[in-house]
Amino acid sequence: MKNHVFRPLFVVIGIVVLILLTRMVYVPKDFGVGPRGYMYGWHRENNEDDWKKFKVKYQGKEYCKECHPDKYDSINKTPHRIIQCENCHGPAIDHPSDPPKLVIDKSRALCLRCHFPLPYPTSGRSRIKGIDPDKHNPDVECSTCHNPHNPMEGLR
Amino acid sequence: MITRRNFLKKTALGIAGATLPLAALKIVDPKKLLAEAAADKSSAVRWVFLVDTYKCVGCGMCVKACKLENEIPYDANVTRTWVERYVLTKQGGLLADSPKGARDGYTTTKIDLGLGEYKDVKNQDIEKAFFVPKLCNQCENPPCVQVCPVGATYQAPDGVVLVDRTWCIGCGYCIMGCPYGVRFFHPVYHTAEKCNFCYHRITKGMKTACVDACPFGARQIGNIKDPNDPVTKVIRDQRVGVLKSEFGTKPQVYYIGLDEEVR
Repeated sequence: MKNHVFRPLFVVIGIVVLILLTRMVYVPKDFGVGPRGYMYGWHRENNEDDWKKFKVKYQGKEYCKECHPDKYDSINKTPHRIIQCENCHGPAIDHPSDPPKLVIDKSRALCLRCHFPLPYPTSGRSRIKGIDPDKHNPDVECSTCHNPHNPMEGLR
Repeated sequence: MITRRNFLKKTALGIAGATLPLAALKIVDPKKLLAEAAADKSSAVRWVFLVDTYKCVGCGMCVKACKLENEIPYDANVTRTWVERYVLTKQGGLLADSPKGARDGYTTTKIDLGLGEYKDVKNQDIEKAFFVPKLCNQCENPPCVQVCPVGATYQAPDGVVLVDRTWCIGCGYCIMGCPYGVRFFHPVYHTAEKCNFCYHRITKGMKTACVDACPFGARQIGNIKDPNDPVTKVIRDQRVGVLKSEFGTKPQVYYIGLDEEVR
């Protein structure tokens, strides 16, 4: 057999070996097949932990209660108790250390998310009282007259 | 005296014997084997979602919370979850919109038709109208995972489909493959992005950001493997629907009050 026949074969074998070696170095060691086999489970297992370590920003009502029990108790006596503190006050993240102060959204647009009247049948929206934002004191923040922590107490 | 023939025979036998693993000689009870495999492969948790469209008022608090919680650029027109509005008129027309994914809620009667056009439907012309929150269905047979060529997206043992940002090459096959259109490119990381049921929260025993943010209880998350879970009870005992069941993806977001117009 002549040498020139084998030469390209050696080149191909060399390339394959190189690819296999690169693959060995490059593909992370924790790559594996999950419980559902190759079709659904082939992945880097440490990525599950990467996602678990993602930072939590919204801490929930009970977190706020620890330092602000008065606010927590007062809003709990009103229809607005179903609204999370952080929906208007913004995500707590690591408050009070970071951020030391939360920015409160006092915009009319925030209140209108629920209180713009859309009397849609078969939707809970039809049961919420609304106002026409163009006629009901435009350009004034809702909280000037209404207390969002106690919307039933009357105007202030 | 050892002959050439004998030597070759014994060598062949010796190699055959050495390659036979010890485990193969064990007598195995098939039942035990199956039980082992099942215990190995199944997780005690399978996350599912329940949406009550009657309760949803379209305030969009869930969308806002999701974007801030999951670091999706707030003003980019992409979102992991969104709320759709469906308005069916008495004349038989169907209008649907979801401006900015309902990040700012619905504060107008005008329906966004796209390209800067709006249509105002008078309340007396409405036959029925409602809001439908959408998010990743965490399918039992996720087509997005099947098409990923590099193993960057996968189904975790508890059923949630995750994306490995370090491994995603951004080919976009999964975005095309998802029948529900829940996937998009993350504007910062340039990798495929999707709702993952707030994996960092549910694995800590918290609820997802959208479930917590919803004032009306329209969104709930539960473990369908726990028979006492309130979500499991509703799915088991009440009439619930799923989106696009004809695709065979076995979606795991269940809806109460789903209408045929909802796609």
